[in-house]
Amino acid sequence: MKQIQFILFAFFALTVISCGGNRSSDGLSGEITIDGSSTVYPITEAVAEEFRNVGPDVRVTVGVSGTGGGFKKFARGETDISNASRPISESEAALCKENGVEFIELPVAYDGLAVVVNPANDFVDYLTVAELKKIWEPAAQGEVTSWSQVRAGWPDEPINLYGAGVASGTYDYFTEAVMGEAKSSRGDYTASEDDNVLVQGVSGDKNALGYFGLAYYEENQKKLKLVPIDDGNDANGAGPVSPSMESVSNGTYQPLARPEFIYINAASADRKEMKAFVKFYLENAPQLVKEVGYVPLEAEAYVFAAQKFEKGVTGTIFGSGTSVVGISMVELLKQETGAAAGTVRDTTSAAENPASSQ
Amino acid sequence: MRIREKIIEGLLFLCSAITVLTTFGILFVLLSESIKFFSEVSIIDFLTDKEWTPLFADKQFGIMSLVSGTLLTTFIAILVALPLGLTIAVYLNEYADRRFTEVVKPILEILASIPTVVYGFFALLFVTPMLQQAFPSMSGFNALSAGLVMGVMILPYVSSLSEDALRAVPKSLREAAYGMGSTKFQTAFRVMIPAASSGIIVSVILAISRAIGETMIVAIAAGQEPKLTLNPLESVETITTYIVQVSMGDVPRDSLEYRTIFAAGITLFVFTFALNNISVWVRKKYQQKYE
Repeated sequence: MKQIQFILFAFFALTVISCGGNRSSDGLSGEITIDGSSTVYPITEAVAEEFRNVGPDVRVTVGVSGTGGGFKKFARGETDISNASRPISESEAALCKENGVEFIELPVAYDGLAVVVNPANDFVDYLTVAELKKIWEPAAQGEVTSWSQVRAGWPDEPINLYGAGVASGTYDYFTEAVMGEAKSSRGDYTASEDDNVLVQGVSGDKNALGYFGLAYYEENQKKLKLVPIDDGNDANGAGPVSPSMESVSNGTYQPLARPEFIYINAASADRKEMKAFVKFYLENAPQLVKEVGYVPLEAEAYVFAAQKFEKGVTGTIFGSGTSVVGISMVELLKQETGAAAGTVRDTTSAAENPASSQ
Repeated sequence: MRIREKIIEGLLFLCSAITVLTTFGILFVLLSESIKFFSEVSIIDFLTDKEWTPLFADKQFGIMSLVSGTLLTTFIAILVALPLGLTIAVYLNEYADRRFTEVVKPILEILASIPTVVYGFFALLFVTPMLQQAFPSMSGFNALSAGLVMGVMILPYVSSLSEDALRAVPKSLREAAYGMGSTKFQTAFRVMIPAASSGIIVSVILAISRAIGETMIVAIAAGQEPKLTLNPLESVETITTYIVQVSMGDVPRDSLEYRTIFAAGITLFVFTFALNNISVWVRKKYQQKYE
């Protein structure tokens, strides 16, 4: 992921330099400020890069402050779009309201983590979240060293661990989902930001257990064996669930899958270049999301999301206690775009009065 | 004329000054960052703790986990390079035809010019799978395969320098040995090698020093898991690999995590500095014996 980010950055830098001199007259110009989650960053950055072919005079800057840091700036009205790897929290939404910032919430992709073992491993049929925690929690450091300690009946073979490096979003995500606290993990494992190293490690070690982005599993299916995960909650699929495009997108592969969002400042959304950018984002997301290693939403979901943006439906559907788990994005968006007359803003009046939109 | 001489002299001085100043510059940076590191982490913990996890929630700073990785891979490399290199040197100097030596020696030295990244992938993708046939429980990253390949890489250091040392032994010694009725084998191993021992020791020390500082092979093939172990079948992390890993990650500058690489760097420096000094000392002390 890191390399992709770097390449994107390099492209970005080059494009900025090369675009400095030419002013085309297709009408789109201005600046779009984006900040927020590092997990969503690769998607948004890829879109921003492609968007330069459409609107070369629009300056799109994408920052990485983390989801929380991004929302802080967003609530102060400093950014036009906030990348988020979780829905906006109640307190963040309240802060926005306080400052008079209205927002449009759009899901853009799913992110899934694959837990894998070596293909020669014939005893691991599935893992529960509690077992994952037992293996990876800080207290396990130097203590949990053999498979037999994980589940009775498993062989007394050493367990060799391969996982994300501490600087990656995958690490934050895995530790939060499994341990319940971000950055809480044992340290005695092969840690690398480069997922290829992890694939190589697990594929060459019959006692290995590793985790990384689902995209990397799909590229290396023959060298790895996927481990289904049981979260002990029958509401989102009973028993162990294997990650796949389907189980990630329908919310049954929990807790190692989650939707990714962008939040758009409703006032900024009236600007011509913003309309073009968001439209471009949703149109190109299915392809770009896959390219940068995430799972795209259902094709329909992007259509509904575009409608939602057109209509200017504001607010969050994940308000009081609505969980992201086990919800179909399509259903959710359909509901919102259909029965949301109350919150539809009158975009035409704002457009007629440019002063208010600045 | 005098002015030209002065200018040339000045230029020559400048060239040597640049190398010396660079050394001091590196040393200064290493020391100043390490001092900051050791003001936060006790040097006793640094040397005695059994775990090295500075990037994680439960921070441990036991450099020995990294040192053991470095020493283990280096030891395996020397185990390959010393007997093999010495045998090659003896063969080329005592048994082989002179013309044969002239052809083979440069070819051997090609081994040293293969990019180390190539060696690294050779170890990971060729040697490791082969070793796994013999040791099925061996980890995909392991000290053994990295050490073996590193041994091949430093082989020319040992064979070439030892051959030079053997060649420098006065002819009279060999002739005396034959005159006493020694066989070729006895002459080579009982007379020539002891006579050339200072040069051979220096060659081995230089090879060790090269192996300790080697980065690419171990970073690719030996793994990235700091572990206090002497089992060559397990994955280990060397000091150099750790430095690479941290410098390529997102560790913020001026943090304790960032300074760990300087502490690791100075540990590495202490090793190679000591080894180089020992080699200079050996050379000085024993060299003139036969001249």
